Amino acid sequence: METIAQIITLIRTTISFGTVIMYGSLGEIMTEKSGHLNLGVPGIMYMGGIGGLLGAYLYENSVASPVPFVGLLIATLGTLVCSILGGLIYSFLTITLRANQNVTGLTLTIFGSGVANFFGGSLSKLAGGVGQISVASTSSAFRATQHLTDNIPYIDDILFNYGFMVYLVIIIAVIMSRFINRTSRGLNLRAVGEDPATADAAGINVTKYRYFATCTGAAISGLGGLYYVMDYIKGTWANDGNIEALGWLAVALVIFATWKPLRAIWGAYLFGALYWLYNFIPGQSRSMQEIFKMLPYLVTIIVLITVSLRRKKENQPPSALGLSYFREDR
Amino acid sequence: MIHISKRGDFNRFKGDKAWLNRYAGFGVSLIIRLIALLLSLVVSGVLIYSITKLNPVDVYAEMANGVFGTSRRLWVWLRDLALLLTVAVGLAPAFKMRFWNIGAEGQILVGALATSACMIYLGSSGISNTLLLIIMGVSSMAAGALWGIFPAVFKAKWNTNETLFTLMMNYIAIQLTSFFVPMWEHPKGSNTVGVINADTQMGWFPSIAGNQYLLNLLIAVVITIAIFLYLKRSKHGYEIAVVGQSENTARYAAMNVKRIVVRTMTLSGAVCGLAGFLAVAGADHTVSTATAGGRGFVAIIVAWLARFNTITMVIISAMLVFLNKGAIAIASKFNLSNDVSDIIQGIILFFILGSEFFINYKVKFSGRAKE
Repeated sequence: METIAQIITLIRTTISFGTVIMYGSLGEIMTEKSGHLNLGVPGIMYMGGIGGLLGAYLYENSVASPVPFVGLLIATLGTLVCSILGGLIYSFLTITLRANQNVTGLTLTIFGSGVANFFGGSLSKLAGGVGQISVASTSSAFRATQHLTDNIPYIDDILFNYGFMVYLVIIIAVIMSRFINRTSRGLNLRAVGEDPATADAAGINVTKYRYFATCTGAAISGLGGLYYVMDYIKGTWANDGNIEALGWLAVALVIFATWKPLRAIWGAYLFGALYWLYNFIPGQSRSMQEIFKMLPYLVTIIVLITVSLRRKKENQPPSALGLSYFREDR
Repeated sequence: MIHISKRGDFNRFKGDKAWLNRYAGFGVSLIIRLIALLLSLVVSGVLIYSITKLNPVDVYAEMANGVFGTSRRLWVWLRDLALLLTVAVGLAPAFKMRFWNIGAEGQILVGALATSACMIYLGSSGISNTLLLIIMGVSSMAAGALWGIFPAVFKAKWNTNETLFTLMMNYIAIQLTSFFVPMWEHPKGSNTVGVINADTQMGWFPSIAGNQYLLNLLIAVVITIAIFLYLKRSKHGYEIAVVGQSENTARYAAMNVKRIVVRTMTLSGAVCGLAGFLAVAGADHTVSTATAGGRGFVAIIVAWLARFNTITMVIISAMLVFLNKGAIAIASKFNLSNDVSDIIQGIILFFILGSEFFINYKVKFSGRAKE
């Protein structure tokens, strides 16, 4: 009995953890498909998380009895606004002003984590309150679950007992995969990421597609921050740098998934399982647990090397990844 | 309509005065950068005012006081400047070769780990402090070099993406640190390494002429000058520049590109590893996952903005360390959280990154906007 309970706990931890990085990683896949390597994913996830928290906090403190569903809408709106703002800063600098993408992304990560930890840490103090910030009512809306199969043992816990964002991310992955691979706009987007000069010559508006992909990508990554804040840590804030670590894991997952949204789904759960595996292997010293947490990164490196060794066309990064496009450059 | 074109070399001056062009071109880019810096300070000032309702000028003055107010604060600033500068200078050869070494953070950490291991295991073996320091320095460089060689070999042989590879190596280094911290923890149960050799001070940098941090500064200056000469005056430096400009040209000139890539990354990793030695032996006397403290990432920005010019790196590092220390000072003075420094740093870097565009390109607004 105990082992079954343990396995269920592992699956549940894996799925919640995987959901956070899947959001981050899907957003980054969208961005990278347009040829822009945004190392600001952790920053954007931070901004998305704090945007949602800020929205919910302001709403819950301005009305006497907050309605959870309204809080949910406002929090989501706050997340989208903040993360798209982050995406816009990045796109304006790298697309319009052609700044270096790696450096701009890293700066965005510094900026985003600064903004989020500043407001997360001192929001209640600035508003004149005391103690930790908490948005219990909104968080309850994010964590509301449907018990569809209550009478069947285990299935309910494994499949249905999660907040709605766990399912939303899978829907987003499927839609994104269809968009990129099956629509003409998706084809245009891939063309922009592979060879912007050719796309430009074919009459595709490179700038427009890159802005679109970066900002949509930022919005999706930002939702990862929202899920983390509202569901994973239940509507509070912790200045522990966890979002940043998860954000880098999301960047790693993009490589692991070889830029394919559907592969990111099981990749995310695999990362989650690898990361939490140590909890379920008895007799580990604290040191050995840390070695287990290294696994997702090691696996990513192995995938990175294998991809470059095998040179399979469909597994390569977009060929214009990391390069700015200037029509008059020859 | 807006027309954008590449800004060529400055050529306003002709004939006898043509030599002035070089200085005028430098002046133009300097002015653009200063305008960007000024704008970013204004934006940060507005932000500070809207959060705290304090006069931004007072806040900036408080920042300066917080950094330069006492000679101890000044030395701490110099110490942190030395550390950041060492990392940035270490990255310069790799970046000049267009090898995106995002892994400085990890290279610093493994350098710091190697340093701490020497301090812990050799600290009571009876060897002299000087010998111990030399062993520590060498092993930190070896560890950093090792962390740099892996991605370089795969890049050279199979063109594996180095940005993502080095990024992953950071996290392996962080987990490795978390692996050693419980092993070395002191006192037991604290989950920190604590101050190493607190009683004997073995492996600590000695004070020189009464200044605790003078040695940090000296090492950083020596490294900076050495790398400057290496890049500008040596055959290796020339090869790095050619590979960075065009790998095909380098191959055509019969250079062994693979060897140059691996050699340069070994050097880059070794210098970043040495920064870990500075951090542990010269400043913290302990090691944790926060030892690198994001310096590996900030140094990337420094090295890029300075365009691999080591002197400019000094100026930019000085400014960023000032901001960081200053923001921490105002945060404690006005009861804000330290994260304010990251926000201000982010804003300033955004502006400076944006200003690069106006240095590289000319923007013309032509009169006939509509037909």
